[in-house]
Amino acid sequence: MPERKVTVVAEVGLHARPAATFVRAATKAPMDVTVAKVPGGDPINAKSILQILALDVRQDETIVIKAEGKGADEVLDELAKIAGSP
Amino acid sequence: MNLTGVGASPGTGQGPAFIVTVSVPEPPEGATYTGEADQEKQRAADALQQVAGVLELRGDRAGGQAGEILRAQAMMAEDPGLAVAVRSFIDQGIAAPRAVYQAFARFRETLAGAGGYLGERAADLDDVRDRVIGELTGHPMPGIPSEPAPPDEPGGAPRPYVLVAHDLAPADTVLLTKDLVAAFVTEKGGPTSHTAIVARSMGVPAVVGCRGATGIRPGVRVRVDGTSGQVQVEPPPDFSDSRSAGPEAGRSAGSGVGRSGGDAWAGQVAARDTGGPGRTSDGHAVPLLANVGGQSDLDAAVAHGAEGIGLYRTEFLFLGRSEAPSADEQRQVYRAALEAFPGRTVVVRVLDAGADKPLSFLPPSGGEPNPALGERGLRLLRRFPDVLDTQVEALAGAADGSSAHLMIMAPMVATAEEASWFAGVCHVRGLASAGAMIEIPAAALRAESLVTVVDFVSIGTNDLAQYTFAADRELGTLGTLQDPWQPALLDLVHRTATAASDNGKPCGVCGEAAADPLLACVLVGLGATSLSMSPRALPAVRVALAGQTLGQCQLAAQAARGMETPAHARAAARSELPELARLGL
Repeated sequence: MPERKVTVVAEVGLHARPAATFVRAATKAPMDVTVAKVPGGDPINAKSILQILALDVRQDETIVIKAEGKGADEVLDELAKIAGSP
Repeated sequence: MNLTGVGASPGTGQGPAFIVTVSVPEPPEGATYTGEADQEKQRAADALQQVAGVLELRGDRAGGQAGEILRAQAMMAEDPGLAVAVRSFIDQGIAAPRAVYQAFARFRETLAGAGGYLGERAADLDDVRDRVIGELTGHPMPGIPSEPAPPDEPGGAPRPYVLVAHDLAPADTVLLTKDLVAAFVTEKGGPTSHTAIVARSMGVPAVVGCRGATGIRPGVRVRVDGTSGQVQVEPPPDFSDSRSAGPEAGRSAGSGVGRSGGDAWAGQVAARDTGGPGRTSDGHAVPLLANVGGQSDLDAAVAHGAEGIGLYRTEFLFLGRSEAPSADEQRQVYRAALEAFPGRTVVVRVLDAGADKPLSFLPPSGGEPNPALGERGLRLLRRFPDVLDTQVEALAGAADGSSAHLMIMAPMVATAEEASWFAGVCHVRGLASAGAMIEIPAAALRAESLVTVVDFVSIGTNDLAQYTFAADRELGTLGTLQDPWQPALLDLVHRTATAASDNGKPCGVCGEAAADPLLACVLVGLGATSLSMSPRALPAVRVALAGQTLGQCQLAAQAARGMETPAHARAAARSELPELARLGL
């Protein structure tokens, strides 16, 4: 399954505006998209703002985003870019 | 009783106290529902969607940090994980409000436990939860009032509230207007608090840091002096005389319609018809016409102040007969309609038979497994041109010597070619004004060419919805698709009205949609030049329209079309037309 590993550099982590932007982009994807903390975290639904917030990804933490199906690479690229933006 | 705080926004104001509640009661544990689980799930889903729509809208209006919080809250209401949890609780037999409560609780614990930033999001989540539960239980939504207090005397004006709270968050204040709020009082906060800033920007008096304020009984009269910081509860009567000199004075001038202005006018809204021609507050005339299907409707139309007839259905003359009525008989009936409205517009629709109104003397050419898509309306009349010609002849005879302005239109027009054929039949008989109903999407999509061959168009929203969404009008389960607030339907109305306007032709709306005061304003904003409805709906629509400028209607129409669901479209339009809430519409 295609995946991207990305380290969150934003000071607020994957919260507030980055979280909302991330979830909005994930929601547009036709397939399921998951996010997990690296290493070893349980994957959660990237389209759920509540699960993303609860994942509590902070600055300098790394996540892995996974999606499968047609267009998955484009979706993952976009999400990785959002998560990796300062 | 007198309280003292810090004057944070100058001026005085008074009104009934509205205590801003911080939460709705917790739905009882173990509450169950009667009926189908699917219905209960739909109820919950609708409430979540409604709340998401409202929050999204407020977020867009607020902008900045408050806007971000509100939009994030909207996303919470639409969260897929939350929806799954709600559905699974409902499957266990738990009633929707309690299911919502428990689903939110799951997520809340995680957030609250983390503290800090996430702890604050837990408070946001509580706010969303309370709004959804409020929506489901009919409990007043937490937060601010959505309309002013009713008049305290018959014929009086609705009264803005004195809003009393511990503190007000951006989410609470985004939608507030002077129509709703006469003054603010908060227990917390200083002169630079959020409430103080909002109050000053609104030009509404405010007292902040006023301890004990939330102990004021809801509904009692409160007088607030935002300069001295004095808050008087149930002040002596002599103060109440100053009420009309408050912020209402300017507003009344704006809503006057050249009739009895101000308070008296507003007070009549719910009670009785103000009469007079339909127009916006800035004088844009929109004739308000009646849908009529027989003699008794004529009387009701006159009684409710219709400015004419926008849809005269002729089927009642034909139904239950073995052959079509003679020209003579028809002429007499039409004459009665024209005489009821001397000097006014009367729009007659020629026979709309077929589908749900089959007639033995106009049989379809073959079996019709799908009659709504079969030979009905103009299609049938083209096969029986004598029936149409007799009707047109009778109409021409009735109009001869009448001062009413007779307009004739054809139902079920799909193409400009059909419309052109019909106009030809009418013009030959000396009827100058021939039009087409717009109720088939093809006609709306090609309205630009259609309007060039007719003298006017009239949009039938009921059938237009049915045909646009391929959703049978008779099927209750498809109700959402027949919702006249569907943005796709609004698009077609806009498209048609614009094409008509570009060609200098009138474009009326004669479906049930026009009877909804809020939607009526939106239809005018979309470009409808007249509205026709059940006679009893006329007074409310007249009052609603008189409270808006054409520009406001246009903004509301634009906002509604910018949405993706009927609920969002409705909420968007309403937020652009705050005057409607004040009018209790």
